[in-house]
Amino acid sequence: MRKKKTLSEYSTGELVLYRFRKNKLAMLGVAMFLFVALFILFAPLIRPYDTVVKQNIADRLQGPSSEYIFGTDELGRDLFSRILYGGRISLFCSLAIIAIAFVSGALIGGAAGFFGGKVDTVLMRIVDMLMSVPSALLAMAIITALGNGVWKLVLALAIGQIPRFARMVRSSVITLRNMEYVEAARCFGISSMKIMLKHILPNGIGPIVVSATLTLGAVILSISSMGYLGLGVASPTPEWGTIISENKVNIQYYPYLGIIPGICIMLTVMSVNFIGDGLRDAFDPKSKN
Amino acid sequence: MDWLKYALKRLIMLIPVIICVTFILFVILSLAPGDVARMILGADATDEQIAALNHEMGLDRPLLIRYVSYMVDAVQLDFGTSWTGNFDVLEEFSFRLPYTLLVSTLAILFAIAVGVPLGIASAIKQYSLLDYGCTFVVMLLFSMPAFWLGTMCQIFFCLTLRWLPVSGVGSWQSYILPAVILGANTLASMIRMSRTSMLDVIKMDYIRTARAKGNSNKDVIIHHAIRNSLIPVVTQIGINFAGTIGGAVVTENIFAIPGIGSMLINAVKGRDVPVVMGTVIFITVIVCVINLLVDLVCAIIDPRIDLAS
Amino acid sequence: MSDYLLEVNDLHVQYNTDDSVVHALNGLNLRLKEGEKLGLVGETGAGKTTLALSILRLLPKVGQIVSGSIKYKGEELLDKNEAYMLGLRGRRVSMIFQDPMTSLNPVKTVGNQILEVLNLHFPDLSKDEKEKKVDEMLQLVGIPASRKGEFPHQFSGGMKQRVVIAMALIAEPELLLADEPTTALDVTIQAQIMALMGQLKEKFNSAVLLITHDLGVVAEFCDTVSVIYAGRVVEHGAVEDIFMGNENHPYTKGLIGCIPDLSKDEDRLHPIPGSMVDARSIPEGCAFADRCPHCMDICRKIIPEEHVNGTHSVFCHLYDAIKEGEK
Repeated sequence: MRKKKTLSEYSTGELVLYRFRKNKLAMLGVAMFLFVALFILFAPLIRPYDTVVKQNIADRLQGPSSEYIFGTDELGRDLFSRILYGGRISLFCSLAIIAIAFVSGALIGGAAGFFGGKVDTVLMRIVDMLMSVPSALLAMAIITALGNGVWKLVLALAIGQIPRFARMVRSSVITLRNMEYVEAARCFGISSMKIMLKHILPNGIGPIVVSATLTLGAVILSISSMGYLGLGVASPTPEWGTIISENKVNIQYYPYLGIIPGICIMLTVMSVNFIGDGLRDAFDPKSKN
Repeated sequence: MDWLKYALKRLIMLIPVIICVTFILFVILSLAPGDVARMILGADATDEQIAALNHEMGLDRPLLIRYVSYMVDAVQLDFGTSWTGNFDVLEEFSFRLPYTLLVSTLAILFAIAVGVPLGIASAIKQYSLLDYGCTFVVMLLFSMPAFWLGTMCQIFFCLTLRWLPVSGVGSWQSYILPAVILGANTLASMIRMSRTSMLDVIKMDYIRTARAKGNSNKDVIIHHAIRNSLIPVVTQIGINFAGTIGGAVVTENIFAIPGIGSMLINAVKGRDVPVVMGTVIFITVIVCVINLLVDLVCAIIDPRIDLAS
Repeated sequence: MSDYLLEVNDLHVQYNTDDSVVHALNGLNLRLKEGEKLGLVGETGAGKTTLALSILRLLPKVGQIVSGSIKYKGEELLDKNEAYMLGLRGRRVSMIFQDPMTSLNPVKTVGNQILEVLNLHFPDLSKDEKEKKVDEMLQLVGIPASRKGEFPHQFSGGMKQRVVIAMALIAEPELLLADEPTTALDVTIQAQIMALMGQLKEKFNSAVLLITHDLGVVAEFCDTVSVIYAGRVVEHGAVEDIFMGNENHPYTKGLIGCIPDLSKDEDRLHPIPGSMVDARSIPEGCAFADRCPHCMDICRKIIPEEHVNGTHSVFCHLYDAIKEGEK
């Protein structure tokens, strides 16, 4: 017979997972996210790419039907295909942005926090400078320099997020560096790098993962805003923001053209936010009200 | 006059920030691939024409020299002229700034006026219908792109119902919807922040002390809890202000408001470096000044903050 | 009219949390005459603070008074409406909290926090009279009146507790609930605060319910003592009965045994074995049975009755036999 564990026998990770799985809203978020992600991931199996750009003027502005489940736009393009492939840009790019910002932020903040002294001062000054520029404007400046393009947009938005991550990683490294178990590890002569990887990283990762998840939602919104403004991704490449922008004039009489892509963005962002909130409560149950 | 000294110190500290931010921007913007002169003159310009224009704009000089000369001009309030529109950057900016500031300020005020009372009320009546309603609204607002909410509201309230002007700045009514849309995100964070903060405060020992003195529930909230719970809210307002000015770009675009936003978008699309440069610097300064104001307000509310140190 | 200022009878209070019910008070009885200084002694978690909050009806939302009665001057407080309680709190019954660091509002000046009590309960006094009273009160607790415009963070812990005491006494209440007023302070400051309480005891004729786990403080300050364990009084009596009597409850003996006696040449203290009973599952019979060196079979089955001997009463089966013998 398997022995039932008492609460104190679970590791921190198991407890976090347990609390996360008990959170209904977070599980709903996971389900919603998986639903959206699977559709987007397997888009090529559902609709071939050429339906995204194929114009069919005869079928223009058709409401949702069995043939076009989300209807068609004014050029007769299938809205469902466009949203499927548009989601690829929104979702993959925002994941890429978070990954870039996370890694660079961790490197900068980690170095600053771990080495302290002059390294810390110089790095953090630069980070502070970047932080005083509103991130939307910084992104626009970068796009001005680099021009339009999906990967350029990713870079532009990622740079705007680096300072936040750097600060967070730094403060969590500093808190942990001064903790006794790290001190103890140092007394045993374990190298800095090993301490960082084996002790500081696993313990400081919680708040950073939470923040990364919550930022992911904001980044999805930023990408689509940029798309809406015609910066970064431009028509006919589909992106959720550009889809709304290119249908703007027709939304009044064909509301599905606005409502459907809007709801797609909202559901995706909401699912990510649910997951983020759930993770925050799981990592730090006291923060829950 | 601790606060005056503090404000001056912060303003002086702003100078190195501006110098560095400008430099970073300068480096970023000079990375622009392709030839700006060719872009301006068009595809059929001769090499000589391009070289001449490059020389005229000073683009053939090394980066550092260009930076220094930009800064020298900037100190004399000359931020250059637009590459594409042939207007003076500072002049155009000061013409457009009031619109952006007006919409942003209205948005923030709307968010505070509606969000803070709602947040406080839902904390006091935790687990009530109001509380759940607020939580739901916050969730929706945090997930909704502002441009979508703006477009849909514009179509519904302005085109279908014809309650409000569709766009422009013709009357005071035309500011209502832009301010609400731009404030929506801040509204959500005001509700969330003041709720959380109030819930934290009412758990504090000094609230129990206040009750033990014979204060009614209402008096405890009004005289003891609200001021304490506002401290993190004010900090949050500062954080949101920067986001709001960034968001103004979108809102101005939807409602055709002749603010900084529309100028900036055109400049980014046209790769009009002097305009982008100037705009970003000005806005950064404005955001820094607003943050300074926020810190001063915090010090007024919270006596524990010592500006002198 | 009752003889007693405060009379608590068979009070049961529990905290309902998400996954368990914590039984904080389990049939607590307490009597307090006007002007009497009663020490309430027990370990952390024995329910001392819960009692004080129950009297003021200030239990947190999860706290629930299940049964029992709290009579103040013969009137049942548990039946009173909120308006009545508002007039009582701070005016007739006031409280000193455990941690002075957190019990003052950080954004109000100390002067205003003391003044507030007067504004609430003496609206007829003129502004100058109130200010004058605040100044006097501050001086009385050893704070220069000139510091009343300062904020709590500008005061040290001991000074803050002086402010809290001033706040509690300015309305000259009939009953003062002092919840471990010195626990959060440094030892030297503790002595100062207790000395101050001693002085003020002479000046104000308030009855005091001094909650503490420091028996030394009780011996010095109080007239009578109630020892509580797991939300019940196990022994009650005059200070002499507790410290010099010979029919103590084993738990009281244990508590006294925890104090180092410098006159004897002993190597070690005598701590009570085991730890506080889990308030989520109070056992049948005497709650102290598990830790009691004299535990008998009956202790685990039946809650002992009161054995009265003059001013002294003990709740323990050990004295059943003695009582039997007397008969």
